[in-house]
Amino acid sequence: MALSRRQFLQISGATAAGWAMASVCPNWGLLRAAEQAGATARIVPTYCEMCFWKCGVLAKVIDGTVVKLEGNPVHPHCRGRLCGRGNGGIGLLYDPDRLKAPLIRTGERGDGKYREASWEEALAYVADKMQVIAAKYGPESLALFTHGSGTSHFYPLMRAFGTENVAMPSFAQCRGPRVAAYDLTTGIDIGSPERLDMPNSKVVVLLGSHLGENMHSSQVQDFTQAIDNGATIIVVDPRFSTAAGKADHWLPIRPGTDMALILAWIHLVLKNGWYDKDYVERYTTGFEDIRDSFDAYTPEWAAAETDLRPDVIRETGRIIARNAPAVALHPGRHVTWDGNDVQRERAIIILQALLGTWGRKGGIFLPSPAKLPPLPGGKAFPKPKRKPLNRGDFPFAGGEGVTNAVRASTLSGEPYPIKGWFVSGTNLLATLPNPEETRQAIRNLDLLVAVDVMPTDTVVHADVILPECTYLERHDAIAQLRGRELALAIRQPAVEPLYNTKPAWWIARSLANKLGLGDYFPWEHYAEKLEEDCLVWDVDFEELKQKGVIVFPGSAAPYITATNPPRFKTESGKLQLYSEELELEDFAPVPEYVQNPQPKNGEFRLIYGRSPVHTFSRTVNNPVLTELFAENEVWLNAGVAEEMGLKSGALVRLVNQDDVLSDPVRVKVTERIRTDCVYLVHGFGAKSKRLNRAFGRGVSDQDLITRYAVDPIAGTTGMRVNFVKIRKEA
Amino acid sequence: MPRYAMVIDERRCIGCMACIAACKAENEVPPGSFRTRVRETVEGKFPYLRMEIRSELCNHCDNPPCVYNCPTQASYKDEETGMVLLAKEKCVGCKACVAACPYDARYVNHEKGVVDKCTFCSHRVAKGETTACVTTCVGGSRVFGDLDDPKSLVSQLLALHPAETLLASAGTEPRVFYIRRSGKPK
Repeated sequence: MALSRRQFLQISGATAAGWAMASVCPNWGLLRAAEQAGATARIVPTYCEMCFWKCGVLAKVIDGTVVKLEGNPVHPHCRGRLCGRGNGGIGLLYDPDRLKAPLIRTGERGDGKYREASWEEALAYVADKMQVIAAKYGPESLALFTHGSGTSHFYPLMRAFGTENVAMPSFAQCRGPRVAAYDLTTGIDIGSPERLDMPNSKVVVLLGSHLGENMHSSQVQDFTQAIDNGATIIVVDPRFSTAAGKADHWLPIRPGTDMALILAWIHLVLKNGWYDKDYVERYTTGFEDIRDSFDAYTPEWAAAETDLRPDVIRETGRIIARNAPAVALHPGRHVTWDGNDVQRERAIIILQALLGTWGRKGGIFLPSPAKLPPLPGGKAFPKPKRKPLNRGDFPFAGGEGVTNAVRASTLSGEPYPIKGWFVSGTNLLATLPNPEETRQAIRNLDLLVAVDVMPTDTVVHADVILPECTYLERHDAIAQLRGRELALAIRQPAVEPLYNTKPAWWIARSLANKLGLGDYFPWEHYAEKLEEDCLVWDVDFEELKQKGVIVFPGSAAPYITATNPPRFKTESGKLQLYSEELELEDFAPVPEYVQNPQPKNGEFRLIYGRSPVHTFSRTVNNPVLTELFAENEVWLNAGVAEEMGLKSGALVRLVNQDDVLSDPVRVKVTERIRTDCVYLVHGFGAKSKRLNRAFGRGVSDQDLITRYAVDPIAGTTGMRVNFVKIRKEA
Repeated sequence: MPRYAMVIDERRCIGCMACIAACKAENEVPPGSFRTRVRETVEGKFPYLRMEIRSELCNHCDNPPCVYNCPTQASYKDEETGMVLLAKEKCVGCKACVAACPYDARYVNHEKGVVDKCTFCSHRVAKGETTACVTTCVGGSRVFGDLDDPKSLVSQLLALHPAETLLASAGTEPRVFYIRRSGKPK
């Protein structure tokens, strides 16, 4: 389709037909023409939601069109630098495949047949079904799955309605083991951004964390600063990741054996007296109870498990210990690997503690002690009659809930039925392991509501689709940023919502009004609430709107001093090397090695990770980002590929241990991976035909993750426990 | 008079492609065309591997074959800034410059029938800003500045670290410099 720019500008926004073929960045012409005509750009500060790092964005707007996104230099999460996705936010805003109007399902779930509806009709439909479910089963039979800024709007709606069954995949499918382990050990989360003091580190250790490919702006900036500073970089990864390419020591570990390496490092530290005796004495408990627990975990023992050389284990252990406490031992972020994940995270924290890194320069800096005055609570939520089931039977599940526990209850009806799912900003079919279970659970529902920007695979199963506008078109809660210093950042619209889309706050409030719960949303427009919050916090709302972020100067206290001791929020007030809490629940109080199954002959462990220009499955249709990375490939060791007669670009299918067969995917033959595993970038293989760019592109790792190892401590799902064979396509 | 140059510190390049996304948005680069790219090469056999990640762009050569080969004088070396630029109204799209450039830095904008390339974001630099790619570079790998200003970051980096140019033997005298290893004592 050939269009002149003039024609193009006339039709853009009115029809999407031309978009897919025409330039996805049509705005420069507009910008230039307008600038030549003397128009000045309006700069609107807000914060990003291309991922969940919450970088500050300066949106350049001319004539109601966002023409460019740049980082906000004063925002601590990006310091003026946006990643590819942050730059690509325009591609989300102007993606022609966006959800454009409320939709009500007319066909079967998943067949994609919908009719357009007014907001009035769609919301009335949802409210009516919610009330029917509440009358028949109780309000607790409604569950919310949520990720991102929609949470602050739909969580109060659900609580007001009478259910606490809320779950976020950011826990059980991602950070959960880490959250639980820090909670048990220090009582303080490592935070997001993780409080690693990499710019001051002498050693940076990454265990499976592929920083760079896993793109979080300020963290990657800190990592490259560490490289520039000459820090020793140790990367443990079965794949020669980008980070491994920067490393002084790459440890190509056998997948599923990381625990052995960590235990061996602890063994070395204890055996050789390399631990920080004064620190251990002052700030930890249980040292005497753990000191003999690691005797068996010698480097030689670990070498057999990990397929690493014992001298490499010794040497890296020595480097780590010698440079303590200026060691950034990264606990990872997506750490749901094998079901023994809380214990592995505990082992990392114990090592951090023995080396005295918590609260020390170059290790883990302390959170800002600054506190904001609490916001008034508003009307109290009703107390549900039935106990929430969103943490399953897992004693140390976190407050974000356990998605798979809610799914399991939806399938079993135990301890009580879940009949309605409200899904906001998360593509459950590409997020939870074993998507078939998710599909089955959906069949048990009387109501599935999806609030989203894009018609994801999960969205096109919904009974009602409520189209949310993008982060560039809406207000959301003020972000409280807790890095070194406390800072506040605003999400405010750069442009009015396109199409018939609405901000999540409006959707939640309108639904609340329909349900007679309007008292819980005592404002007309969300901006009023933001202004009130600022009044409580004694922050100038106008200044926040204008600057986008307000940093509280002098609010940092990063390192331990005589007057600034670490304030562990545990029962003992100390860092708990030995966990009595775990012991009381019949879990190992000290991390132990549990051997994971390894692939049989002809099988490969399926491992997965990220592209720097994609966030899970959220961005796979983005026209700006697909140009940079359009589809995933399956990484296969070059030697294995040669034996199998496979060349790069060949089409294969992967078949897993449960005979699930993938769609065809191209092979990337590479020296950059071990022989016993294959690697996919997560998030591809969309099945929603409404995603014109993403549909059928690459394969879904999630479809092959039919097995998952639930961590009994926190309910999180280890997902790197699947084995695949490679089947050549004729 | 400034002598603009870019220093690309490969040690800090993480291959995230933010530079490409920013450049394309800033400069209306058509789909499928790029003014900058990120090249990733891996050498060796598992597990003895070495990776090089490097972003590439127009080298704004001091001895620019594209300029010499342009029959209409559309391509020119800007006297004030040293940038290799293109007067689009003079360009007839003959692609002589595309063929002459040893760095594959130019592309044809088929919609407009002209050649196009990296301008060192001259429109931003004229306003006292830096280039779009440098502004967004997450790794802090790309640095832009004035070689004649000893206080500029480019001058400081080049004083501290050994730097190379691409295809130095071609005699093009690039103004894009690559740092591959640290000059600092470890």
